[in-house]
Amino acid sequence: MTQDVQIVLDAIALGSIYGLMAIGIGLVFGVLRLVNFAYGQLIMAGGYAIALTSDRSPLVSIAVCFAVVLALSLAMELVAFRPLRGASPMTMLVATFAISYLLQSIALVRFGSIGKFAVVYPELSSFVTVAGVSVRWITLVSIGVAVLACVLIALLLGRTSIGLQMRAASIDPATARLLGVRANRVITVAVLVAGVLAAVVAVILPLAQSPLVAPDTGLRETIIVLVGVVVGGIDRLVSATLGGFTMGFAVGMLSGYLPSTGSWPFTSSLYLDSAVFMLVIVVLLLRPEGLFTRSRRTAVERV
Amino acid sequence: MRRAVDLLELLGPVALLVLVGVVGGLGFVDPDLEVEFLTALVSVAMVVSLYVFVGNSGVVSFGHVSFVAVGAFAAGVMTIPVELKPTITPGLFPVLAERSVGNATSLVLAAVVGGVFALAVGIPLMRLSGLAAGIATFAVLGVTHNILANWEKIGPGPLTLTTVPETTGLLQATAGAVAVVTIAFLYQRSRFGRKLRAAREDPAAARAAGIDIHRERLWAFTLSGALSGFAGGLLVHLQGTLHAGDVYLELAFLTLAMLVVGGVGSLWGAVVGALAVSALDSLLGDAESGDLGFVNDLLGHPLWGGSRLVGVAAFMAIVLILLPNGLTRGRELRLLSLGRERPAPQESST
Repeated sequence: MTQDVQIVLDAIALGSIYGLMAIGIGLVFGVLRLVNFAYGQLIMAGGYAIALTSDRSPLVSIAVCFAVVLALSLAMELVAFRPLRGASPMTMLVATFAISYLLQSIALVRFGSIGKFAVVYPELSSFVTVAGVSVRWITLVSIGVAVLACVLIALLLGRTSIGLQMRAASIDPATARLLGVRANRVITVAVLVAGVLAAVVAVILPLAQSPLVAPDTGLRETIIVLVGVVVGGIDRLVSATLGGFTMGFAVGMLSGYLPSTGSWPFTSSLYLDSAVFMLVIVVLLLRPEGLFTRSRRTAVERV
Repeated sequence: MRRAVDLLELLGPVALLVLVGVVGGLGFVDPDLEVEFLTALVSVAMVVSLYVFVGNSGVVSFGHVSFVAVGAFAAGVMTIPVELKPTITPGLFPVLAERSVGNATSLVLAAVVGGVFALAVGIPLMRLSGLAAGIATFAVLGVTHNILANWEKIGPGPLTLTTVPETTGLLQATAGAVAVVTIAFLYQRSRFGRKLRAAREDPAAARAAGIDIHRERLWAFTLSGALSGFAGGLLVHLQGTLHAGDVYLELAFLTLAMLVVGGVGSLWGAVVGALAVSALDSLLGDAESGDLGFVNDLLGHPLWGGSRLVGVAAFMAIVLILLPNGLTRGRELRLLSLGRERPAPQESST
């Protein structure tokens, strides 16, 4: 019983981290119609920022991490996303794929393939017992940070002028521009907010998962989250976020309950990824427009 | 005259491939470099296979590498000598462990396995369109890779397949690439190809004209899967070894990027993209290892380690950002004198 609670909590924590990434990807998609495959490399860059400043105090590391990730986000927007405005969604997706590959190659050449230790506040990995259930602090912290981030994003989108403009731009970019919404400003803000979320994940992820940052850090997570975002429904931020959360939760639950050995596909945790992706295929077939979308009329017909 | 123009669309790419094969086979290139020519030709086969579906339908697919993977593993597992199978692939199903086939049979087998797999996957998946379709093919790749990398009853599982006969020489690579290009050309000129291209340009109008988009896409997907499987067979016979990680994300990205770099909309683009990226890859690799004299003279030392990796990625990113329609802008090869209305893109891009 207590073990079940533990698994569920861990799954929720993983879902929270993936949910944060889903918000980042969904925000940028909303205003740019661009699926950013290179999102994971922002997390990787943040991880390296932490790893390379590990001799400094944790707060300095975190500050450097945020600075690096935000700078890289802005650079991506200026150098890559801006020239791609109006390109076909497929070109944009493959272009971000190329940027992702480029950043991974640079990391591989610069830092090598061996992971670097990128943990701040390692004491957060220790266990705490709450009502007879022992969980790691980071599990609780992840959930708390995700809830806080959701509240802040909701306030940003619902209570501020720029948030209103972002929502307008994502529903109907052309009309929004006619009404005086400045596209570049809205996009820059969305990219920066997504960058902040990537930096938060860069700090949490090494604590929650593998403590080492390597060139492929963030890649698997991005793939799973991208899939989750589309499965949830990429047209609305809420459904995209729920999609990301659900994927994280499903991965967490499956890795908690699948036995570790088994010789046939889908019978052991070796086949975790295929089990998750099979579920995705089934969901996409049943509800191609997204699991959490309301009407059937918003089917995505963009790529 | 019109026939001549049409035929140029086939003969141009074929001539280019044969040229690559001949240059690779002539004595004046280093024997070490031969493998780079072979790799380029096999890349062309993979990219053109991908083009058959993506180019003609306009639907992006990340999943084609799964067909390359099953083709490669099928051809590889079935050509390693029977007596070595207990050591290399100990967990194999008896029916697979007890027999081996020759090179040609294994290539046919690879194509059949790739095609059947694509058909099975395509029947449900081709109902999807847009982003959902792209992501679903991604999921297919994830499942395929995960199973190939772990299930020891059908292959080496987490181990590396070795002792596959290295039968993909210049002749087989060139002939294979030319065959794939020819089939792609015949398909896009056929009734089926034209219907699918019509559906790509305007789905609503195509439907109104009585085109069953689902069925046309499924045809293309299956053909493209069979060609991908065949290309996978060429690949495994080139490398002689195969690990599930060789035919996963990086290859998916590379083939897709080669296609987009060349220009998604045309066969010529697929060939040019694959050759251009392969050529750059080889050049930078040689410059890194100090094999290119002029680079050594210019810099005073070989190119910095890692330039190849970063250079290829940067090249693809830059082309995609600056020329979103690719090097050929999605047009087929035309000569000015024979061209109909548009000025032809010249061969400058290779």
